[in-house]
Amino acid sequence: MSLEPQIALSPAPTSHRKRIWGRRVSAIAGFVVTVFLTFLGLLAITFFIGRVIPIDPVLAVVGDRATNAVYEAARVQMGLDQPLPVQFFRYVVGVFTGDLGRSVSTGRSVVEDISRFFPATLEMATIGIIIGVVVGVPLGVIAASRQGSWIDQIIRIVGLLGYSMPAFWLGLVGLALFYARLRWVGGPGRLDIFYDGLVSPVTGLLLVDSLLAGEFDIFFNAITHLILPASVLGFFSLAYIARMTRSFMLDQLNQEFVTTARVKGVPERVVIWRHAFNPIRVQLITVIGLSYAGLLEGSVMIETVFSWPGIGNYLTTALLNADMNAVLGSTLVIGAVFIFINKISDVLYRVLDPRAR
Amino acid sequence: MANGAPPPSFPSRKGEGGAEPLLSVKNLRVSFPTHRGRVEVVKGISFSVGKERLGIVGESGSGKSMTGRSILKLIRKPGLVTADRMEFDGIDLLSQSEKQMRSIRGARISMVMQDPKFSLNPVMTVGEQIGEALVTHTRLPRREVNERIWAMLDSVRIDDPKRVAGLYPHEVSGGMGQRVMIAMMLIPEPELLIADEPTSALDVSVQAQVLDIIDDLVTTKGMGLILISHDLGLVSRYCDRILVMNSGVVVEECAAGELENASHPYTRGLLAAMPTINEQRDELPVLDRTQWAGT
Amino acid sequence: MTSTRDWLLEDSPTSLWQANAGRAYRVFMALLRNPLSALGGVIILVLILTAIFAPWIAPFSATGQNLKARLLPPSGVNLMGTDELGRDIFSRVIYGSQITLTIVGLVALISAPLGLLVGAVAGYFGGWTDRLLMGFTDIFLSMPKLILALAFVAALGPGINNAIIAIAITSWPAYARIARAETLTIRNAEFIQAVQLQGANPLRVIVQHILPLCTSSMIVRVTLDMAGVILTAAGLGFIGLGAQPPLPEWGAMISRGRTFILDQWWVATMPGFAIIIVSLGFCFLGDGLRDVLDPKSEGK
Repeated sequence: MSLEPQIALSPAPTSHRKRIWGRRVSAIAGFVVTVFLTFLGLLAITFFIGRVIPIDPVLAVVGDRATNAVYEAARVQMGLDQPLPVQFFRYVVGVFTGDLGRSVSTGRSVVEDISRFFPATLEMATIGIIIGVVVGVPLGVIAASRQGSWIDQIIRIVGLLGYSMPAFWLGLVGLALFYARLRWVGGPGRLDIFYDGLVSPVTGLLLVDSLLAGEFDIFFNAITHLILPASVLGFFSLAYIARMTRSFMLDQLNQEFVTTARVKGVPERVVIWRHAFNPIRVQLITVIGLSYAGLLEGSVMIETVFSWPGIGNYLTTALLNADMNAVLGSTLVIGAVFIFINKISDVLYRVLDPRAR
Repeated sequence: MANGAPPPSFPSRKGEGGAEPLLSVKNLRVSFPTHRGRVEVVKGISFSVGKERLGIVGESGSGKSMTGRSILKLIRKPGLVTADRMEFDGIDLLSQSEKQMRSIRGARISMVMQDPKFSLNPVMTVGEQIGEALVTHTRLPRREVNERIWAMLDSVRIDDPKRVAGLYPHEVSGGMGQRVMIAMMLIPEPELLIADEPTSALDVSVQAQVLDIIDDLVTTKGMGLILISHDLGLVSRYCDRILVMNSGVVVEECAAGELENASHPYTRGLLAAMPTINEQRDELPVLDRTQWAGT
Repeated sequence: MTSTRDWLLEDSPTSLWQANAGRAYRVFMALLRNPLSALGGVIILVLILTAIFAPWIAPFSATGQNLKARLLPPSGVNLMGTDELGRDIFSRVIYGSQITLTIVGLVALISAPLGLLVGAVAGYFGGWTDRLLMGFTDIFLSMPKLILALAFVAALGPGINNAIIAIAITSWPAYARIARAETLTIRNAEFIQAVQLQGANPLRVIVQHILPLCTSSMIVRVTLDMAGVILTAAGLGFIGLGAQPPLPEWGAMISRGRTFILDQWWVATMPGFAIIIVSLGFCFLGDGLRDVLDPKSEGK
């Protein structure tokens, strides 16, 4: 009766493992190459913006009343007498050796400035993404499992507002309401003035530094200042994350294996979380990564509103002072972090997904 | 072929020899909303199944899969299921809450789905998925669950069950995937199995093997089987009784052996279109649908 | 009336004009069936009408100052109050629609055709052309748009024209990706081969036969992106790099109102509502258009 040969045989486990590892190695190698190329592209763009677009970058430095001799000296000193490829090469070498030039407005090197301001941005964006994930993912799952219900509609509207509300406006309204009217949160800046400078920066992250120093007053004060800007960022991140989660979940809930789980008599809660949610975890990592990178970008606007001493504030101040080295330096750093997060979530996707292709 | 597994007992009907039907359905209707109002895909069908093998045959779109799914109340909104009666072992399925249905699904009525490529969860191992059906309905220690999984994989003729239990669905072939599916659906020892096109996504070479396994397990365990298929020949080979469905209604009901006496023009057309091994027809006839149009 | 409708819904149109009109009519009717996309359409229509008829709608001038009427709260005369120079905020919001519409329109007109062309050329020729163009596109795509736009404006100098250029430069790559994907699916179709056999040169094939087929997904994407464009433009205005005073640009107006946010909340909040409504309008319309024209790409 069952004399037919066993045609169904999967490959031996060892060769399979090898294939998985081969895939991982090639994915990581591809990752390194694309990150490098994209970063080079970013350098080319900032170079282009800084050296090619301005009609005369020398004039921007020496001013239009400089004598010819001063002008010439500045031109040679800036290396602008060299052909463009040489200039670009020098620029790339400079960046890779950690030289982003000097900021005209602060008088310090741009690298020093950025390393001082970046932690504040990192702290805010990290709390923001935590809010976004912790609230956004469950909202998306609920919306998908009750498609068409009132809760789904509300989440849909929240999602659309995330696409259509200016972040700086929401920040201002938040300040007017929660700080000026209700006094629930601290105002602009990272701390109340009388706490300022009491904690010596170790990591640059105030929450960590104040705990390390055992200054719990400062820790709680920092939280009251951080919570509003981080929630504003978190709102945009949760809008995006909830929308994507909902769409991924709907995809999964229409899959046949979800019906299989129901046929088995598995409770709906398990159907949703184990069968429909588990397969999208890897996809969600990509979305969260993208959202985190987006928050770094969004922090530029939020920091301006909240006088938050981060890289975004540094960038906008530099923009208004036409401080090109600072502008390009921060563009480069934000861009590099953005690209890195972007690509790493991409490669994680390929490494973590058990569905080998 | 004996499998060692003892046939499950049915305390309520012991010794009655299946005379009383396991499942009886009367005037079942399934409809879905469209732009032009509700469209019925199942238009009032009635049948009953005992501890026997019932085949439901029909072309795609005839409503046969919807019939199978509505027995388990798996038709989701906005689909609508109504019936005068839908009774399983004395339980009125229509009045069961979702929670009560969950204790019936898997445990007492199970369903083998069409394509293991889509019906197995891609990120859970085969063993986890088989075990889940058991763990949902029983409280067994982990070790015993594992023993049962391996025994079940063995009974669907999978060599080296311990290794296979650790594989992901994309790592097994279609035929093996479908045997995993059968193992998963039979491990809680249900009384009625619905097999919805269990072999149409498989290679021809493994179709017979999969059906033999289903047939073998169903008969040794004394279960009822509803085999849904578009393949009249296959159904007549594996079933005791046959329902022929066409556009939502049952057009023919007969014992498998009396198929050649079928009276409805649709069934006759299907029979005529079946090739036989030593025939000389140049062309197989095409169904002439005008004969029963409007039913 | 019914005969026009029958003519539009004719299953076998007799002319290209009838086919196109019929298709447009069907899309239009499908949009109306979805209340949100209909609402989006109405918002965009109102935006366009407001921009055209601004001088007749606005009760006051957008730039006329009246220092005696500084920072008045919303009232029957000044629907949204007045700003620090006594200008009527409602009138400025009305006139601001002209600026928003200009920005949105010009960005779409510059970036969509540019992206279409790059994507179609890359997809049609394949090989090294494809790799080079798409490599370039991907580099742009993986960069933060707003930051890039900021850097461009910083180099070009503040102002509304440069803001438009900067936004357009950062938004074409997404369109190039779409156009390439669409081109790849139709490149080997038989009707393209037929045109090639007739001796048509690549330019003609791309412009006359490939680009028209990319338009529907492009329209969907452009509409959905418009909300982002409005937000970026407003952001540039807020930072002070976009439209310059005294132009009544919504972002710049919010920026002026920052100083008074604690006491005169209406100065900063009112223009924000305008931004939200218009952006939502584009989102609703885009969602609806996607459901009608491009149902596969849900949620992406």
